[in-house]
Amino acid sequence: MIEISNIRKAYADTIVVRDVSLQIPRRGITSIIGSNGAGKSTLLSMISRLTPMTAGTVTVDGLDVTKTPSDVLAKRLSILRQDYRIGSRLTVRDLVEFGRYPYSKGRLTAEDRSQADKAIGFLGLEALADRFLDELSGGQRQRAYVAMVLCQDTDYVLFDEPLNNLDMRHAVGMMKLLRQAADNLEKTIVLVLHDINFASCYSDYIVAMRDGVLIRHGSPDEIMTREAIREVYDMDVDIRDIDGRRIAVYYT
Amino acid sequence: MRENRAPIRVLLILAAVAAGVIVLFMTLNARGRWDFILPFRGTKVLSMVLVAHAIAVSTVLFQTVSHNRILTPSIMGFDALYILIQTGLIFTIGSARLTMLDPRLLFAFEVTAMMAFSSALYRWLFSGGSRSLHLLVLVGIVFGVLFRSLSSFMQRIIDPNEFVLLQDRLFASFNSVESDLLAVATGVILVVSIIGWRLMGVYDVLALGRETSINLGVNHNRAVTTVLILVSVLVSVSTALVGPVTFFGLLVANLAYQLAGTHKHRFVLPVAVLLAIACLVGGQLILERVFAFDTALSIVIEFVGGIVFLALLIRGTAR
Ligand SMILES: Nc1ncnc2c1ncn2[C@@H]1O[C@H](COP(=O)(O)OP(=O)(O)OP(=O)(O)O)[C@@H](O)[C@H]1O
Ligand SMILES: [Mg+2]
Repeated sequence: MIEISNIRKAYADTIVVRDVSLQIPRRGITSIIGSNGAGKSTLLSMISRLTPMTAGTVTVDGLDVTKTPSDVLAKRLSILRQDYRIGSRLTVRDLVEFGRYPYSKGRLTAEDRSQADKAIGFLGLEALADRFLDELSGGQRQRAYVAMVLCQDTDYVLFDEPLNNLDMRHAVGMMKLLRQAADNLEKTIVLVLHDINFASCYSDYIVAMRDGVLIRHGSPDEIMTREAIREVYDMDVDIRDIDGRRIAVYYT
Repeated sequence: MRENRAPIRVLLILAAVAAGVIVLFMTLNARGRWDFILPFRGTKVLSMVLVAHAIAVSTVLFQTVSHNRILTPSIMGFDALYILIQTGLIFTIGSARLTMLDPRLLFAFEVTAMMAFSSALYRWLFSGGSRSLHLLVLVGIVFGVLFRSLSSFMQRIIDPNEFVLLQDRLFASFNSVESDLLAVATGVILVVSIIGWRLMGVYDVLALGRETSINLGVNHNRAVTTVLILVSVLVSVSTALVGPVTFFGLLVANLAYQLAGTHKHRFVLPVAVLLAIACLVGGQLILERVFAFDTALSIVIEFVGGIVFLALLIRGTAR
């Protein structure tokens, strides 16, 4: 379980995450929604120790993320950031193999290599495995990053907007893959999503943020209501029941 | 399809070239007594190998943690600091007393001063996440100008004879290395290299950037600090030994990236070291034995390195 208690992030005088407390249960998908600048990425960065918090604590399976040695946490929790960029010029396979670093410390075993191959296969990147990242399209690159994070094989996986740049087919494929990982591999997955319909269809739990405050959380049925969505986005949308799923019609 | 240059082959070829150049340097035109020639040339070769190693390794690692390929420790104001220290020494103590001082003491002082400066500067620059390349270049230039104007101020007041002596000390030269300093420097660089070697797996991860390193379980702050300390020891020792060589590191590091054709430091670092040895010993060999010049190697290297630096800037590989 990820236990977030009273975390806060302030830059100079502006508070961008305000005293958020939340428990994310083991297994399953939790989606975070909210408008641009609501503090979603900041929250994920603090959970994953990439950004220091101003106040509060986060524990993962009881381990305080700011005090636990980084290499211990790296075997339990991994994150894919929203604006992911990488310093080196790497091929897809090189990148994915870095996901094994917490275990191999740079000396890959046969087991590590087969894990990397598996992750490449999951994301359908076999044909691109030896291409350099800067020779890929945005969506192909995004899938390579996801493969790296999956290759790290941690119980907790955080994704900040994993559907960035993906087309319709790959977006659905990605969500199905994550659902499978949660159901079959017992992973705990936390996602930031902008398409609330994906959140509605694939999550077990939705968390809504606004102006740095966690304003609602609950099951998709509880969050996918006209009032709740208005509160989160300041926007009136039609919520329809289609084949037993709640779908927001917000295009017009 | 992509050309698959095997880094191991590159490594073997370079090792052969470096070894060949060293053998040639030791034996070419050797007329006279071997028991005189061998130690004399051996000292020279050892100091060149040492400096080549220190500069190649420090430049590659510095560029890895600062995520760019045009900055080197020297460009960040290091050689200007060396000039300032030398000028300051002559200014305050005077050359007469300076030559009477124990060279080991002087060496220790120079190394300490340069290390203190560089660790403080790097620590400040790289704490608190990433800074823009432009800021780093600017800081380097500002420090360089500051140190240089302080030096030229002192140079104006000192005795002209002292000034000539000073000029001599400011050019990198492999001819005047003292053998007991060489022993100390070898020891220090050996220790640093062993520590550095054990971190080999971390460099590749550090190159990916701060967030990725942390995600992969590297204690980023500690790793970067360690690397920067290693770098400042290497640069300080090599500069105190032979004097400043500003663009040499840049030259070999960028050639090494090209030749190794991989991001893996396990290959890039040895390739850079072997290249540096081949360039330095080979260059000295050609200048000394073919053109019968004596101290001009550092000037030639700086000239070529400076052109590479400009080319990199213009090509905009400044990432
Ligand atoms: N380094 C920083 N300094 C100052 N303010 C910052 C910094 N980083 C983020 N912010 C501010 O914090 C707030 C929350 O940012 P955050 O990136 O968490 O939003 P988000 O919910 O992920 O938005 P988006 O949907 O656009 O990704 C924003 O108002 C942003 O301007
Ligand atoms: Mg965000």
